[in-house]
Amino acid sequence: MNDVWAFFSFSDPTVRIVSLGTVFLAMSASVVGTFAFLRKRALVGDAIAHAILPGIAIAFMLSGTKNPIVLMMGALISGWLATWAMEYITEKTKLSNDTAVALVLSVFFGIGIMLLTHIQHSGSGNQSGLDQYLFGKAAGMTEQDLWTYSVVALLLLIVVISLYKELKVYSFNPDFAAVSGLPVKAIRRILNLVTVLAIAIGIQSVGVVLMAALLITPAAAARAWTSSLKIMLFLAALIGGISGLSGSLISYLSPAMPTGPWIVMTLSIITLLSLFFAPQRGALSRLLKQRRHSQKILNENLLKVFYKLSVERKLEEAGLNVGELQAERAINKSDFAAAIKRLKRKNWLLAEGEKLKLSSIGLVEAKRVVRLHRLWEMYLSQRLNLKEDHIHPNAESMEHIISPELEALLLKELDFPTQDPHNSPIPYSN
Amino acid sequence: MEAIFIILTGALVAMTCALLGSFLLLRKMAMLGDAISHAVLPGIVLAFMISGSRDNFIMLIGASLAGLLVTLLIELLHKKIHLQEDASIGISFTWLFAIGVILISAYTEQVDLDQDCVLYGEIAYVPFDLIYFSGGELFFPRATIISGLLFLLTLGFVLVAYKGLKITSFNSDYAKSLGISTLAWHLVFMSMVSITTVLSFEIVGAILIVALLVVPPATAYLLTKRLKQMLVLALIFAALSAIGGYYLAVLLDASIAGAMVSLAGFFFLLALIFSRIRSRSLKVDAHLKG
Amino acid sequence: MENQTALEVHNLTASYQRKPVLWEIDFKVPSGHLIGILGPNGSGKTTLLRNIMNLMEADSGYVKIFGKDLDVVRSRLSYVPQRESVDWNFPASVREVVEMGRYRPGNLLRRLKSSDKQKVKAALEKVGMLAYADRQISELSGGQQQRVFIARSLAQEADIYLMDEPFVGVDAATEEAILSLLSELRDQGKTVLIVHHDLQSAYQYFDWMILLNTRLIAAGPKEEVFNSTYLREAYGGKLNLLSKLGEIIAREQFPLREPDFKEKEGSGDE
Repeated sequence: MNDVWAFFSFSDPTVRIVSLGTVFLAMSASVVGTFAFLRKRALVGDAIAHAILPGIAIAFMLSGTKNPIVLMMGALISGWLATWAMEYITEKTKLSNDTAVALVLSVFFGIGIMLLTHIQHSGSGNQSGLDQYLFGKAAGMTEQDLWTYSVVALLLLIVVISLYKELKVYSFNPDFAAVSGLPVKAIRRILNLVTVLAIAIGIQSVGVVLMAALLITPAAAARAWTSSLKIMLFLAALIGGISGLSGSLISYLSPAMPTGPWIVMTLSIITLLSLFFAPQRGALSRLLKQRRHSQKILNENLLKVFYKLSVERKLEEAGLNVGELQAERAINKSDFAAAIKRLKRKNWLLAEGEKLKLSSIGLVEAKRVVRLHRLWEMYLSQRLNLKEDHIHPNAESMEHIISPELEALLLKELDFPTQDPHNSPIPYSN
Repeated sequence: MEAIFIILTGALVAMTCALLGSFLLLRKMAMLGDAISHAVLPGIVLAFMISGSRDNFIMLIGASLAGLLVTLLIELLHKKIHLQEDASIGISFTWLFAIGVILISAYTEQVDLDQDCVLYGEIAYVPFDLIYFSGGELFFPRATIISGLLFLLTLGFVLVAYKGLKITSFNSDYAKSLGISTLAWHLVFMSMVSITTVLSFEIVGAILIVALLVVPPATAYLLTKRLKQMLVLALIFAALSAIGGYYLAVLLDASIAGAMVSLAGFFFLLALIFSRIRSRSLKVDAHLKG
Repeated sequence: MENQTALEVHNLTASYQRKPVLWEIDFKVPSGHLIGILGPNGSGKTTLLRNIMNLMEADSGYVKIFGKDLDVVRSRLSYVPQRESVDWNFPASVREVVEMGRYRPGNLLRRLKSSDKQKVKAALEKVGMLAYADRQISELSGGQQQRVFIARSLAQEADIYLMDEPFVGVDAATEEAILSLLSELRDQGKTVLIVHHDLQSAYQYFDWMILLNTRLIAAGPKEEVFNSTYLREAYGGKLNLLSKLGEIIAREQFPLREPDFKEKEGSGDE
């Protein structure tokens, strides 16, 4: 526990450098990756990440140094070449896009591995640490590195902010972008460049193999919470930053652990939780919604039964018992009991000893559901030309779905009819 | 002597991948091969930890489960949570791969894999793990035997399943309309890919499996319009990449698997240039005629 | 085959991305006719075909072919998907594609019989592509590709043919040839359902029509269906109310049939 406090006090300069650096790298990758996510090019990011390896190796071989700027230049050129190659292969040959991506990814990476091992075996000294590019080893970051990455991250941010409007249109609606005169090709090139740049610096923290996760996963998580691009970018950056920090923390606490995989671990968990728990778009909220719907459907079906028995068949003015109700509509016992409880709680049903009766507001509600059912049957019969014996099932579902706003439209369309196609009267509440 | 075993093993693995990869290409599922090859890592590591050895059978089970897990995870994300397909694939396999690397780091004593090996294999060590036959008179490296059997299995599979693979790759809706279960074919095919990935993992590593699955078939696809020819050409390029790659690696003192892939990539480049020249000259012809 | 009901579609509702694109489609089609399925883009024509072939799940309703479920009579149906739904760069010859019409789940692991090969040859001859049998499909023109698809379908020797826009992007000669072939099938008592893209030629080509615009406008002999009232309704835009309801259904994911609901066959409900 002391270690954790020590970490967050940021008194150790190494901790400061490493965590800041990792956070900046993660955040810039997350922001740039959001656009890749929106254009559905997650795997292209993966390919570029693998493809920068030979660039680094060649840069090292030519310059004989491990100067990060030199190596980054090599990475950039290699990444750029890979992007061009994927586009070329897809456009000029009969090979499909996914094949082009897998091919460029693995061939460039293979060349990179070959050169990397060649360097390692040639014993030219000074070559150790090149394989940190495979899995990331943020712990080796220097202050100079930090400055370089911060500048680049800032640059990326500036590009994204100044081109925000164009990038927004291009990402969400590329066809419209082309038609409305935006320089689509230029935007694509800039976006590619920015992506390659973010990847070139990002691999310091997670390494080549897991870079795709840093690009895409935060965006997927952010998407679960919002559909606004601004908020998405902010959330992606936030999630990326938190993951970067936690990866550094774990590496600090347990030096044998590589930073990269733990960053990805944190990212994946946050994302899976987001996908499940986010309101509206999350899986949990969808399940809850479905449960609400089933309850609404049961409630309303029960109200209809009451209406039919008490109002139309004029049975028992004093109320109905459970047995009579159950005979009318097949619902299982526990669902039935739960629905009755809910109706009582809403004061749509009143209990009089053993018997149950519709309250006055319950009656209004029951009439509404029956009215919607019969109005919809009219609509199906008149506008969809369905025969009388084919309209009931759909109306059974639609009566629960039609909102008051749509009910108004429906009434206007049908001109306030008084009967449904089966000649049953349509109940109005006034 | 050792060189022959290394080359033979490499060639067998490459040819197996070429056969399966050709259909992976035609089904436009190249990236699924990428996903599976990454995702099997935690399965292999866990199998290693449980069995304490490199027993292939247990590894096969562990990795197959991992392969199944990633497929299910992708399905869950894509179909149930409605996440877009590319992100479903990307998130699933990077997460599983990260778990694998963490396990390796956390349990270095129990697990005799190092991180780099995971990526590009240890084919150089193949000749040193031998199985003896006929009372010590005859011996072959274990890996060579396994890759040989795997190749025969795959060849048999492709020959028998040829028609089914053709129709489900060309027009799956039509196949379904005939009552053919495209899902069953998909699962069987992906199982073959998973088995191949797992057994070849040790030899050529994760990323390079993808190259062997995709590059020689892509090279062949550029050069021919007939399926049988494509398969034969893919086998040839695969074998050549393996043989030439070995010598390239010796020359440069580099990773053998890396060299094999680089050479495969070089063949692809040649085929690409050739096919572009050919299509340009066809266009010129047509222009002159018309 | 006398006039029996070849196809019955009952209360079919089907969705795309959780929004209904077909609402309670209900009609019966007699055998021995050349039937055109017409409607504007996005009216659900392809979805209808795919539902009949059980390539997708419906939200409600059912389809019966000759009074039975699809799986029972599958061998009597032949489906011709849209030409553009396939990658024509696939390395196969004309003959290999047509041979697929003789594939069945039961014979995939065996070689084709000589009787199968005969039927393939006959089908190729019918569409005038026998000379191209060993040509690679990537070398074919649009019209030739369509002929190959039709030959594959003919090789199945079915009783009902379902075709998705077979006349798109096809030269005039091919269009004529295909049409005369389909008319021949009809005269033999087969039933041919075609999703058609072009209103101009529809009246001339078909004797029966189904007009769709996410809901059924009309279904019947062409003289009854092809009039200005129905056409105006079909091509006059979507029903506002249905669109709005569709949006609510997609957003809230309301179920379109209650879980305890059982489709009643035939007619007669409340």
